[in-house]
Amino acid sequence: MGTSLAFHFVFAALGVGLPLLMIVVEGLWLRTGDRRYYRLARTWSRAMLALFAIGAISGTTLAFELGLLWPVFMGNTGAVIGIPFTLEGFAFFIEAIFIGIYLHGWDRLSPRVHWLCSFPIAISGALSAAAVVSVNAWMNTPAGFTLAHGVVVDVDPWKAVFNPAMPTEVLHTTLAAYVFTAFAVAALYALVLVRRPSDSEAALALRVAMLVALIAIPLQLVAGDMSSRFDAHSEPLKLAATEGQFATERGAPLRIGGIPDAAAHTTRFALEIPRLLSFLAFDDVNAPVRGVDAFPTLEQPPVLAVHLAFDTMVGSGFTLLGIALWWAFATRLGGRVPARTLARAVVLSGVLALVAMEAGWLVTEEGRQPWIVVGFWRTSEAVTTAPALDLAFYGFSLIYVLLAVTLGWLLAHLHRRNEA
Amino acid sequence: MNDVTLVVLVGLAALTLYALFGGADFGGGVWDVLASGQRREAQREAVAHAMGPVWETNHVWLIFVIVLLFTCFPPAFAALSVGLYVPLTFVLVGIILRGAAFAFRSQGEAWGRVFGVASVIAPFFFGCAAGGLAVGAFAWTSPFALAVGVLAVALCAQIAAVFLTVETGGALREDFRFRALAATLVAGAAAAAVPAIAARTVPSTFAALTSHATLIDIALTVGMGALVLATLAFRRFTLARVFVALETIGLLLGWYIAQAGYLIPGAATPENAAAPAATLHVFLWIVAIGAVVLVPSLVLLFGLFKADRT
Repeated sequence: MGTSLAFHFVFAALGVGLPLLMIVVEGLWLRTGDRRYYRLARTWSRAMLALFAIGAISGTTLAFELGLLWPVFMGNTGAVIGIPFTLEGFAFFIEAIFIGIYLHGWDRLSPRVHWLCSFPIAISGALSAAAVVSVNAWMNTPAGFTLAHGVVVDVDPWKAVFNPAMPTEVLHTTLAAYVFTAFAVAALYALVLVRRPSDSEAALALRVAMLVALIAIPLQLVAGDMSSRFDAHSEPLKLAATEGQFATERGAPLRIGGIPDAAAHTTRFALEIPRLLSFLAFDDVNAPVRGVDAFPTLEQPPVLAVHLAFDTMVGSGFTLLGIALWWAFATRLGGRVPARTLARAVVLSGVLALVAMEAGWLVTEEGRQPWIVVGFWRTSEAVTTAPALDLAFYGFSLIYVLLAVTLGWLLAHLHRRNEA
Repeated sequence: MNDVTLVVLVGLAALTLYALFGGADFGGGVWDVLASGQRREAQREAVAHAMGPVWETNHVWLIFVIVLLFTCFPPAFAALSVGLYVPLTFVLVGIILRGAAFAFRSQGEAWGRVFGVASVIAPFFFGCAAGGLAVGAFAWTSPFALAVGVLAVALCAQIAAVFLTVETGGALREDFRFRALAATLVAGAAAAAVPAIAARTVPSTFAALTSHATLIDIALTVGMGALVLATLAFRRFTLARVFVALETIGLLLGWYIAQAGYLIPGAATPENAAAPAATLHVFLWIVAIGAVVLVPSLVLLFGLFKADRT
């Protein structure tokens, strides 16, 4: 399940982000009549075909896996969290329909109508992501039901969908999809430019992607800050774990890096900025921050993994902002071809964006352990009892690796094939 | 009509649409494997052309059915998942591989073969799972369930071939007409084998299949099958498409009637497995509002791509 999710995350993020880039390039084509934009839109629509097919399959797989791997858990909670999945189902329908129309309708629709068909794709893609993320938020801050003798009663599905963590988590995750897609596309074309600096189509694609990245990454840092502030108030244990904060203290420092040692209840070798954590979380340099030790041992997440994943995410995020600003100044917002060093940095940004996204996912998942639904069900209670589970698990993992490799190969060769 | 009944009806409708559209897709894969003669490549091309714009949409019906089950009947979903774990895993592998193969087909011959084989695997194990469910105790490897698996593959092939006669012309259309006739006969034989096997191996299921209501449904379904043959013989392809759809509805309805009000025979009924009333209510509202967006979108999609021939 974890493996499937990690892969699905990448496919899904591209599935949410790419349509936005296509709206931009196809819109630019309609506005300027520059054929290079048209060719980019055609190239990316081929990528989207493969991506969406894989996204659809990995989505189906996940729907099945929910039942195959966690039947008892789903039997308990289906009535509460089924509604966001139903919403996602409809969003997915609309997305599938308009992708069909968009990809196969180039010659059947007027350019303007064709362009308009990309909007439902982008909107429903974002909505389906929001619906699924709301389930994850619900696992962090469950709402909309009560548990009586192990049975779910008093279900209020809308309260479950709009649970406390939902707004911040949806915002942060949706922006992550745009950030990742923009940097990934920019990285691909930066790589082309490193090899062939005169490729004007690649330069154009790089500019579009970097402009989107330049808008998305500062927003994402703000959204990330909102998420941490939310944690400070509603998920204090998770905040403590992400910051490697073991003891409860007033005027807590911000720890950058370091190695949390759960046995010794301390984080060693960290760069500590005095009082900054208290300030960031509560706008008060002397505010008390509750540490991991203030919570029962059996409910504590693995602080080492959570803190390192968190710092990896934040560190990557700031590096991405740095690269985006460097690009903006050095190329005058893309007016000039980037120098070789900058182009290499942009290539690196694609990798960093992937790392940031997967690290962020690790933070939310590991930060919730040992719970699958905080305060209600433990992860160990949710797993299935079906036989031969290991075999199925390795089988699915293998299939995913195969898909990822083929897809990666296909995407990497798109630009080259387009010129052939 | 109460909410539980409404949800069951929505579920049956979605399942039927999946059987028709998803089934046509699987069947397309069968004809990809069985492509033969001098128009071999043209046949494969026609299958790919017919599937291209719609195959993803066609498979969202399945996601919808799964979501409906675990939202509205969570305990039944859990029991089905555990009991039919093995065949459903095979279905899943089939769906993954054929989806990937369809997306990557341009990358080489090997993916083309994967596409065909996976297209047979998925409906076969779907049939086995359905048969195993109907026969009780999730006995998906029983002769009865295996026969239902064969029937499912034959039905998919039949639906696809009939649909393709409408979407092609000339000699290619004759190819698919011949294939549709053959598949109808094979599906008929498989459909006849199912109760025959039930009579020898599982008397209780045979009794359910020969109840009054089921017999009426079977008679109507056989009638539809005969009409498919007749309309194909006289080249009334659009009519054949209508009758094959009615035949599919008849088959699914027969299964549902034979289940005698149970989701899982002897264990779960829609009533005792139903989610709390609030969930069902919200679900039905989402379906109603969702349909307002979905139906025109579907009409647009099929109107754009299903109006012409290759």
